[in-house]
Amino acid sequence: MRSKSFGDKPSLGLTLGAIGALLFLHVPLWIIFLYSFTTDEATYSFPLPGLTTKWFGVALQRADLWSALTLSVQVALVATFFALILGTLAAAAVYRSDFFGKDAISFLLILPIALPGIVTGIALRSAIGTLNIPFSYWTIVIGHATFCVVVVYNNVLARFRRMQGSQIEASMDLGANSFQTFRYVVLPNIATALLAGGMLAFALSFDEVIVTTFTAGQQATLPIWIFSQLVRPRDRPVTNVVATIVILITFLPIFFAQRISSQSSDTEGENK
Amino acid sequence: MLNHISTYLYQRPKLILRLLLGPPMLYMLVVYLGSLFTLLVNSFFSLNDFTGLVVYEFTLRTYAKLFEATNLGIFFRTASMAMAVTLADIIIAFPLAYYIARFSSTRLKTYLYIAVTLPLWSSYLVRVYAWKLILAKEGIVSWFFELFGIQFILDKLLSIPEIGGSSLSLSPIGMFIAFCYIWLPYMIVPIQTALERVPKSLIEASSDLGANAAQTFRNVLLPLALPGVIAGSIFTFSLTLGDFIIPQVLGNSRYFIGQAVYSYQGTAGNIPLAAAFTMGPVVIMIVYLLIARRLGAFDAL
Repeated sequence: MRSKSFGDKPSLGLTLGAIGALLFLHVPLWIIFLYSFTTDEATYSFPLPGLTTKWFGVALQRADLWSALTLSVQVALVATFFALILGTLAAAAVYRSDFFGKDAISFLLILPIALPGIVTGIALRSAIGTLNIPFSYWTIVIGHATFCVVVVYNNVLARFRRMQGSQIEASMDLGANSFQTFRYVVLPNIATALLAGGMLAFALSFDEVIVTTFTAGQQATLPIWIFSQLVRPRDRPVTNVVATIVILITFLPIFFAQRISSQSSDTEGENK
Repeated sequence: MLNHISTYLYQRPKLILRLLLGPPMLYMLVVYLGSLFTLLVNSFFSLNDFTGLVVYEFTLRTYAKLFEATNLGIFFRTASMAMAVTLADIIIAFPLAYYIARFSSTRLKTYLYIAVTLPLWSSYLVRVYAWKLILAKEGIVSWFFELFGIQFILDKLLSIPEIGGSSLSLSPIGMFIAFCYIWLPYMIVPIQTALERVPKSLIEASSDLGANAAQTFRNVLLPLALPGVIAGSIFTFSLTLGDFIIPQVLGNSRYFIGQAVYSYQGTAGNIPLAAAFTMGPVVIMIVYLLIARRLGAFDAL
């Protein structure tokens, strides 16, 4: 006899559980939006005593915020650039040949995000200290690139695996050399994977704080600025506004990455 | 000219492989593994207690320090938190993952997928900040409890030693909630991916053969979802082990591994002890990853 369980309709409990998890994921973000309009300067009191938009103006005029934002964008751009090149090369190597230690490569590349961020951070910090390298913009970038490579690698490798090998063969048969084949056949095929991987790498770097605290010295990226405000709140209203703006900014690349992947009918950005 | 290079390379696939693999491997080996190696080496040095300078001589004294009661306490506290967070996230993630994998149309699936991953890509710090707002003494949660006149429950909860504190935003309970929230998407996605691969017919067959919901879940669904659960737990466990932001922002004066590492290398300048401290999570995670690979978790990533 067939039992009633696990039918074609979700049970009430399952639906409620799913909705509950979704709310748990999203309500906290709405609350930040709400707080960016509070008139309360000294505490996090709820219900809000009043509403105002003046903090947005105040935040826009803070020089320390602008320099932190600029540094974050610069670091993320350069780290993404490195990640694109290194990740694509590694993906191409793993895709086209079999060699000893091939499995170890994925393992090595995933280590910086699989190991706790603090390990990468303190490891780089001790290397920087041991070699007496001064902290700078470049120490931040090098740290970020280590964990950005893997997202590009994953995206590009997934695309290579879906690509028709016969296209490359056809191109070579028709007399194109390797460089022409890369330029006219391979590159157009992996372009959206590069874009999606690059945007994810950018988002990863833009938001990184743990590794950065160990490699930054005196410089403050935007996450470091926010972190210092979290530990010792001095400008609560401005922090609320910055938090709101950061949410809005980080949604953009994700939105586009999703658009690209749905257009090219595969699954960039997914952990597949 | 280019043609010549192209032909030259084409005849030497090994050379191409070296050219392709060289830069990324060089980078990862030199920068990343090199750094990990310096970390390892540093953990065998020690700090001279009088001068405050690092003594560059091989010693196991620094490791011995890890076994002092305070430091063992830190390991235990952090590992317990990581385990609790992992278990809670499995429980919270499963219904949603199952709903997405089994009962959603393609369209709804896309939307739900975005809904799950969106918080993941929005700023980590900002999401921690949200909980500072929510859990604050004068914040929403307290207001909610007062609204229903059940303030005493909250007070009781906070008065529990070890996990309580002066307010939710300064207690291990608050940290636990924030950790669960922050890492939840990392658990949902792999479980969903694993469940997606379970053929519907298998579940139907199980019901046909007379299994009830609980039996089908236990004997069919759970074993097949296990690689996903383990893949997710790699993230939740590892990320909790190494995080020092949440303990710093929402915790009290009782250290977690991340904070200990951070403060030893920073104010104390004791890189050897910080390095030795880090080896704990490294060893735990490498063992964890090796087990996970055997159980097929990497296919679900």
